[in-house]
Amino acid sequence: MYNFDLIRPSTLEEAVKALGQDEAQALGGGQTLIPTLKQRLAMPETLVSLSGIDAIKGVCVHDDGRLSIGGGTTHATVAREAAAHYPGLAALAASIGDPAVRARGTIGGSLANNDPSACYPAAALGSGATIVTNAREIAADDYFQGMFTTALDDGEIITEVRFPVPEAAAYQKFEQPASRFALVGVFVARYADGVRVAVTGASEEGVFRWSEAEAALSSNFAADALKDLSVPADGMIGDLHGTPDYRAHLVKVLTGRAVAAAS
Amino acid sequence: MPKDHGIGASPTRREDVRFLTGRGKYTDDIALHGQTYAVFARSQVANGVIKSIDTSEAEAMPGVLAVFTGEDFVDVGGNPAGWQINSRDGQPMKEPKRPVLAHGKVRHVGDAYAAVIAETEEQARDAAEAIVAEIDEEPAVVDMGKALADGAPLVHDEIGTNQCFDWGWIEDNRAATDEAIKNAPHVTTLELVNNRLVPNAMEPRASTADYDPGTGEYTLYTTSQNPHLTRLLISAFVLGIPENKLKVVAPDVGGGFGSKIYHYGEEALVLAAAKKIGRPVRWTASRSESFLTDAHGRDHVTKIELACEKDGTFIAFRTETMANVGAYLSNFSTATPTFLHGTLMAGNYAVPNVYVNVKAVFTNTAPVDAYRGAGRPEATYSLERVIDMAARELGIDPLEIRRKNFVQPDQFPFTSAAGLEYDTGNYGALVDKLEEMIDRDGFEARRKASEKNGKLRGLGVNTYIEACGIAPSNLVGVLGSRVGLYDAATVRVNATGNIAVMVGAHSHGQGHETAFPQVVADMLGIDENSVEIVHGDTSKIPFGMGTYGSRSLAVCGSAVVRATEKVINKGKKIAAHMLEASEADIEFTDGQFSVAGTDKSVGFGEVALKAYIPHDFPLEDLEPGLEETAFYDPANFTYPAGAYACEVEVDPETGKVTVCSFAAADDFGNVINPMIVEGQVHGGLAQGIGQALIEGTVYDENGQLLSGTYMDYAMPRADDFPMFKVDHSCQTPCTHNPLGVKGCGEAGAIGSPPAIVNGVIDALQRGGIDVTHIDMPLSPGRVWQAINGAQ
Repeated sequence: MYNFDLIRPSTLEEAVKALGQDEAQALGGGQTLIPTLKQRLAMPETLVSLSGIDAIKGVCVHDDGRLSIGGGTTHATVAREAAAHYPGLAALAASIGDPAVRARGTIGGSLANNDPSACYPAAALGSGATIVTNAREIAADDYFQGMFTTALDDGEIITEVRFPVPEAAAYQKFEQPASRFALVGVFVARYADGVRVAVTGASEEGVFRWSEAEAALSSNFAADALKDLSVPADGMIGDLHGTPDYRAHLVKVLTGRAVAAAS
Repeated sequence: MPKDHGIGASPTRREDVRFLTGRGKYTDDIALHGQTYAVFARSQVANGVIKSIDTSEAEAMPGVLAVFTGEDFVDVGGNPAGWQINSRDGQPMKEPKRPVLAHGKVRHVGDAYAAVIAETEEQARDAAEAIVAEIDEEPAVVDMGKALADGAPLVHDEIGTNQCFDWGWIEDNRAATDEAIKNAPHVTTLELVNNRLVPNAMEPRASTADYDPGTGEYTLYTTSQNPHLTRLLISAFVLGIPENKLKVVAPDVGGGFGSKIYHYGEEALVLAAAKKIGRPVRWTASRSESFLTDAHGRDHVTKIELACEKDGTFIAFRTETMANVGAYLSNFSTATPTFLHGTLMAGNYAVPNVYVNVKAVFTNTAPVDAYRGAGRPEATYSLERVIDMAARELGIDPLEIRRKNFVQPDQFPFTSAAGLEYDTGNYGALVDKLEEMIDRDGFEARRKASEKNGKLRGLGVNTYIEACGIAPSNLVGVLGSRVGLYDAATVRVNATGNIAVMVGAHSHGQGHETAFPQVVADMLGIDENSVEIVHGDTSKIPFGMGTYGSRSLAVCGSAVVRATEKVINKGKKIAAHMLEASEADIEFTDGQFSVAGTDKSVGFGEVALKAYIPHDFPLEDLEPGLEETAFYDPANFTYPAGAYACEVEVDPETGKVTVCSFAAADDFGNVINPMIVEGQVHGGLAQGIGQALIEGTVYDENGQLLSGTYMDYAMPRADDFPMFKVDHSCQTPCTHNPLGVKGCGEAGAIGSPPAIVNGVIDALQRGGIDVTHIDMPLSPGRVWQAINGAQ
């Protein structure tokens, strides 16, 4: 790794100010950024650690019934504390990485990075969550803008993520054998006003909603409802671990399994 | 009742106390006063001409003490191949020089062309990045078939070809084998790939060199499986440092699996650098460097034919193999695909005709050499896959077709059609034991239960034989080996009766520190905790050949036995003197020297003490001291064998394979520590199942390693496996070594890949999906592709 300065503010205001400097970069749980630095693939002048800001940590239920998770909350905390309120989300958090990753990695870090194979983007998009930052609120549908690309501006910090709690939900992840990231992951959530289906791992554009499946499942929330649908392989990721055809096929299989698991 | 001490007991591994409490001492833990750091500049391209290397900016950077390029090593030797193979036409193999640092050309991604020595590792890394190398990229050869085609780019221009050798085994059997196949009632043909593997030892390679200008002595601390061989190669071939001025120390080593047998250029570089700057120099590989530069394993492409009668009686095996040796010949890269592979191509079978052709091919990839099993997994996989396929074609039970063709117990010693003399074995007994372990009758019910859950269940079986206890020097010398493969031990009895045993074998996970004392203590009738093993330091141990090829116990353990016997004989002389009896009348039992037919005796401890306080010794007849050395050269290989079975479930929707159960019945001959043996089998199975299901090394057509990190190279983890059932109660002791042992380190990695692949094919076939072969690794994507292609 190259040398950098480390700042560890204890308030959001200090963090925002620190991130205003040239070549400053936010550091969440470091589960992506630290390995990147170790390989000398990034050269930030200053790292602003968000781990000292207590105000952006924790899980609580909002007055409007939405589940609120602080941007600095670790996966392990979500797995534990969201379980009673939103079991589908808690189970997703519990399936990320390994215990060490879950103890350090944060929901804000995952969503800000928007790795095309990460789990949380599927939950946020699949739940129609709201991404709250130090500056504004962004609907999940507007937030994800392609692989490693989001609506965040430079220096903008995710402070909170608000999840509408569905009637039923489940996440199905098919693991890539080496990284155990999602080769394909599908998050299905059923709300009173319809079903949302979000797919991670599969597309070159990052997480996306499978609208045909949403329509079909909204009228019949059963795996059977998918039988005449198919996902085009066009635009799917092809790599050592799976062809675009394989990923397109897995999207349908896993959507069906997520529906079965949620039912 | 299990024994509680000595041979056959399972004391826990004493070395684990330090390993499990973080007190192991590895090369990178050794901190020498004034130590500096080496970082290498490595090629980003697979094939390129070095036009110029400008080190001036790097040399001027903070903390930089020296910069080396290939130019600095043109006058020293190269890292040699340890085994000369001759082609079918009698010509010796092509043997291009392997320099310390690339000079003139870089030949694979990761090939080092310069090195920086600096005060800190970060400074060295910064400076290495500041080296300006003008390297003209040329087209690379990665695929072996393309490398052998006319007009292919050459890895080594000076040899004019990418073919290292074209070897036939046994050439005199070629015509008869061809004829037998031509006339056979049934021939099964299979083309398969034995996938390239990255060894991935937990501890990356590391080397620290120190030079003492006061004495002219060098010390090299390095991650080695055989420090004496490393010293010999550096002294005799590479740097010319006299052996008596070079001490090589391999302290605790965190796994090798073959990759740390060999001498690497980094070791020579740090030695030369330590002398030049007059301070110790340390290099530790990053994990990325390990992926790019550790010698890889396997990488064969094979066509195998099995000719047989309609009743399944084998008539002939014929194989054509291309074996990748990578960009340079690593030390045993030429032996692995030939004498550790072709000689095993008769398997456990009394087949009359075997012919093997192996073409070794240079490519612009990392060197390939022995990796756990080394040649024998490749042989076993080819044989056991084609046998399974033939059984299916002929409608014969897969275990029965094997039984039918086994060498029978009354046929030993048996000379196989591939030229080895198997000393002993009972392959049918292993299959009987396996059948006891796997509840074959219950399979159909389990298959139906899987089917209910939408899964296809299959049963995969195979048998194997391997040649271990490597190796009889007289035989391997005839076959082209440039080294001897004996081993050595010194047993030093201290005055107070405890013992240090200096051994040539090196323990890097095998448990020698626990198992060898069991042997010595058993022979001397003493407590094994009073026996200490010393290994890994050329200044302390006798000249042995290290650890690989499941040889430690069979070869070095035999040297330990011989040295201990000498100690007993010397002890008898001392006891005879003490008891005023004739040496011929002294018997040694349970730690007591006694005069036959009398109640006069003296204990081992008293004899030891006397040996060092020889006040009244008749010095003309009796030397003081109690210390003996033995060198042991085996009369033959040892031949462990086994029968393996697994049940797998295939998810036809995703292609994912789950291993539901795995049973291994092995014949290792006598067993010293059953717990350690079981652990060795577990580790071998994990590596073999990893190869079969998930481990795949992929270079793109430009020679870039796509699977160069753990994000893309899948290592097996504990939750990929069921609980293993292992058994080693079928024992036909080796007939030619004093312990009757055969070796167990590689068996699991050799026997398990075909069982897994046979199981997956069985599952698909039972599920009505007509897939007859899938190349490893049977990753979900590949299995789904095969299913999809068949439907």
